[in-house]
Amino acid sequence: MDVLWEASESLTVRQVSEQLTERDLAHTTVMTVLDRLSKKGFARRQRDGRAWRYRAAESREAYVTELMLSALDQTGDRQAALARFVRSVSGSEARALQHALEALARPHDQHEDLSKS
Amino acid sequence: MTAVLVLGLMTATCVQAAAVLAAARWPRRAPAAAIVLWQALGLGWGLAAVGTLIGLGTAGQDLGGSAGSGTAPPGAGALGSGVAGGAVTALGRLVRGQLGFGPMALARLASLVAGLVLLMLLVWVLLSASAAVLRARQRQRALLSLLAHGDPKVPGALVVDYPAAAAYCLPGLRSAIVISAGTLDLLDSAELAAVLAHERAHLRERHDLVLLPFVALLNGFAWSPVVRKAHQAVALLIEMHADDMARRHRPARELATALLRVGAAGGGLAPSGALAAADPASDCDVTARVTRLLRPSQGLPAAALALVAAAATLAIVVPAAVLVIPF
Repeated sequence: MDVLWEASESLTVRQVSEQLTERDLAHTTVMTVLDRLSKKGFARRQRDGRAWRYRAAESREAYVTELMLSALDQTGDRQAALARFVRSVSGSEARALQHALEALARPHDQHEDLSKS
Repeated sequence: MTAVLVLGLMTATCVQAAAVLAAARWPRRAPAAAIVLWQALGLGWGLAAVGTLIGLGTAGQDLGGSAGSGTAPPGAGALGSGVAGGAVTALGRLVRGQLGFGPMALARLASLVAGLVLLMLLVWVLLSASAAVLRARQRQRALLSLLAHGDPKVPGALVVDYPAAAAYCLPGLRSAIVISAGTLDLLDSAELAAVLAHERAHLRERHDLVLLPFVALLNGFAWSPVVRKAHQAVALLIEMHADDMARRHRPARELATALLRVGAAGGGLAPSGALAAADPASDCDVTARVTRLLRPSQGLPAAALALVAAAATLAIVVPAAVLVIPF
């Protein structure tokens, strides 16, 4: 998939194989992987004579954005689909957290005083 | 009729108890016990509410039945074998057209239908929420298999090259912990370890399955303030419980600073920040978690835990017993 993302034009199976020089993959293996990618909608393919030419359906950035937005989205079923470490907070709360963080960053004994007061 | 009264009371009690529990402070001291109580109240409410409606629909149906035809077994009230048995009997008569007519019979029929509709609605929201969750996870896994890579800083977790701070776990049989590259830059190694410990607790204890019924309820009854509060409370308690689990292995301070850093960094980039801002009650969630970590309070005494366990048992056993045991 990285090969497809870096290519400026659509590639044949042979061209993809050639780019994957560090890994000695059989032509049919590459073909199977590309076929699977296109079935999942990650790659688009079109006929070029006897061969298929493949290109990425969306840019890598678009997929990263989709992945992260669906993870950061706080609505509906996604809340149950995955569990976030911490909900992102609103502006005023973020400022309050910043203050708390600065208080924590001070020497430990000062912080102890702070929490006792 | 006694059974219906008990069920009706249980329905109201569960809602009332949920409102009280949502406002209570003690759950922060014993999140695990409070989560169990929430689950019991949810299940108890479902059983009692469905049972009340169906019970109303079937109570005293021998009168209606004998008015329509003489085949009703003499003296065998609908509750002779519990409300569940009564519902089956009533449905059988409905199919055979023996329920009788008149305003009372119609009212009973409406109540019976309402009970069945509520039951189907509850099952439906749970199924559709599960299906949506599975779909979302499948898409996440497919994307992760293309985009994510490992990183020695966070062993066992997947890293996605994304500048904002994000950390989450993808529960399921093939679970994964996902950390954005932005988080790697933001946190030091001790804080990252604390984040991983927190997420592993979620995965190990399948907290997603705990939350799922409450998400389903929220999807079905978003208009209800009690349901919204219940969902919010359970979500927070699950996080607090995972914090507690992480604290067993990592110093609480590291987890607290990690929470503060990720929470503060995510602020400007939250795609649905408007939602969080519109919900002032949840606005102090992160602060509450941090406060808990830095100033751990005593857990609940054993007597109080026993009380919670007893309440949870009652919430389920009473409606379940009334539904199946003949009165």
